[in-house]
Amino acid sequence: MRATSIIFRRELGAYLRSPVGYVIAALLLLVCGILFQAKALGEGKLLSATVLQRFFEFSSGTTVVMAIALSIRLIAEERQTHTLILLNTSPVRDAEIIAGKFLAAFVFLSGIVLLSLYMPLLILVNGKITASQVAVGYIGLFLIGSASLAIGIFASSLARHQLVAAALGASLAGIMYLLYELAKKMPAPLSTVLQDLGLWQAHFQTSFMQGVFSLKDLVYYLSVTYFFLLLAAKTMEAKRWQ
Amino acid sequence: MIRAENVSKYFGAKRALGPVSFEIEEGETVGFLGLNGAGKTTALRIFACDLRPSAGTVVVGNIDAVQKPHEVRKLVGFLPENPPLYGDMLVREYLQFAGRVRGMSAPALKKRMPEVLDLTDLTEVQNDMIFTLSHGFRQRVGVAQAIVHEPKLLILDEPTRGLDPVQIVEMRNLVRNLKKKHTVLISSHILTEISETCDRLLMLGDGEILASGTEESLLSKVEPNAGSWRISIAVVPKAEDDREAALKKLLTGLSGVSEVKDSGREDDALAFEVLAERDIRAELCRALVEGGHGVVRIGGSARNLENIFLKLVHGGERARN
Repeated sequence: MRATSIIFRRELGAYLRSPVGYVIAALLLLVCGILFQAKALGEGKLLSATVLQRFFEFSSGTTVVMAIALSIRLIAEERQTHTLILLNTSPVRDAEIIAGKFLAAFVFLSGIVLLSLYMPLLILVNGKITASQVAVGYIGLFLIGSASLAIGIFASSLARHQLVAAALGASLAGIMYLLYELAKKMPAPLSTVLQDLGLWQAHFQTSFMQGVFSLKDLVYYLSVTYFFLLLAAKTMEAKRWQ
Repeated sequence: MIRAENVSKYFGAKRALGPVSFEIEEGETVGFLGLNGAGKTTALRIFACDLRPSAGTVVVGNIDAVQKPHEVRKLVGFLPENPPLYGDMLVREYLQFAGRVRGMSAPALKKRMPEVLDLTDLTEVQNDMIFTLSHGFRQRVGVAQAIVHEPKLLILDEPTRGLDPVQIVEMRNLVRNLKKKHTVLISSHILTEISETCDRLLMLGDGEILASGTEESLLSKVEPNAGSWRISIAVVPKAEDDREAALKKLLTGLSGVSEVKDSGREDDALAFEVLAERDIRAELCRALVEGGHGVVRIGGSARNLENIFLKLVHGGERARN
């Protein structure tokens, strides 16, 4: 726990010092703003609940993209710049390294996601939605962001170069997203299993995006996060002490 | 401090090290010498618990490195070939991170920081970003991160790599200071580096130990009958018929000279290489001048380590422990 906290502080500091983090944040807010104007406000008269749903629909996409972008550097960059050896030769467990890095990325990602809060607040002030709808939507964004970060960290733990990590992370997240579409072509019970494994449709679109808090979906995202973080830690362990 | 028994390391089917066996006592400074690819870095990474040996036993400070790597990591400070530096951190901040991650408490670190900064001469740049530092300073920060937690065993892999001559001398002095408190392992392919800082040498070639011992003991094993000084001299002889033969006779007759070789001509001068048991440059110069000859150049060097190294590396006899 102590080592996790030390690594968390170092990584969060790295995000806050690096221009890359701010560039990613600025791009996310720009894209969100444009999409908010085009998809939510610019399509004639809509129910405010529908506008909010559309906001969370594209925000979930940008959150996933940003999570992958933020996470790929976490281990692959350290390998590339030979700094990982400092952690590898220190009395720190692989799980502590992964946890510290994940938590830092999650806090930074959450901060950026919260910067988009002014958009749903505009809907809240001018439309007929409740604060709990907004809160549930944001919980969903944090959860899908957390799962995507874990996928990205796992990809980063596999790769020696950041570009390879990016390609791996994006592919994994893409596959997780497409599982739902694939499920439609499959017979039961395989279709049910694949639908339930999908990253977005079965767990975000039908619940958090609608303002509905679902314990099942909360457990799903936490499980995906844990699973990929565990894989990342095991990969680190296998590579560290070869 | 270190006991290695039949340690070997394979990367796939390729053998990088071993099997090698040796012991290093507490307080010793041991130099790992060898050409690139000899297995020096692999050996050091195994002792630093960065690599797991493919076979064999490694015990560091009475702890089995394979069974309890974390316990061994607490005892070791490691400066790899490329110092593991985060360019986006301040020097002080980075050293604090390195200390904390190696298990130091905040108060202990606070007390230790001025000592480390002073020892590595980094006090002036402690508030500078690492990416702004020169190569020499970065190397010093690399050493500082390795010693910040006061490890019993300090492992320095090519600490003078890429440094200019002034920085090399500074680094050498730093290592001499570190010898007082730590058992030190240094790898290098620069002979003088090892010769000037280490108590004992381990010569590696093709993953095996070619020789081990002090410089003197290795020399006596490799070249028991050869002199240890190589003196190069250029002489303008006084006018005589057989000038070269006369000069050679004079040089060979001097006390301590074991062999005299012709090295050709340098303008009007005749050049020789004199192998001697000791440094006899003064006597040699005096004898030549008193004989009426003119000495236009004289130089010499102890040929110990270079000779041992070349003989062993080029497939000469193997002097094992």
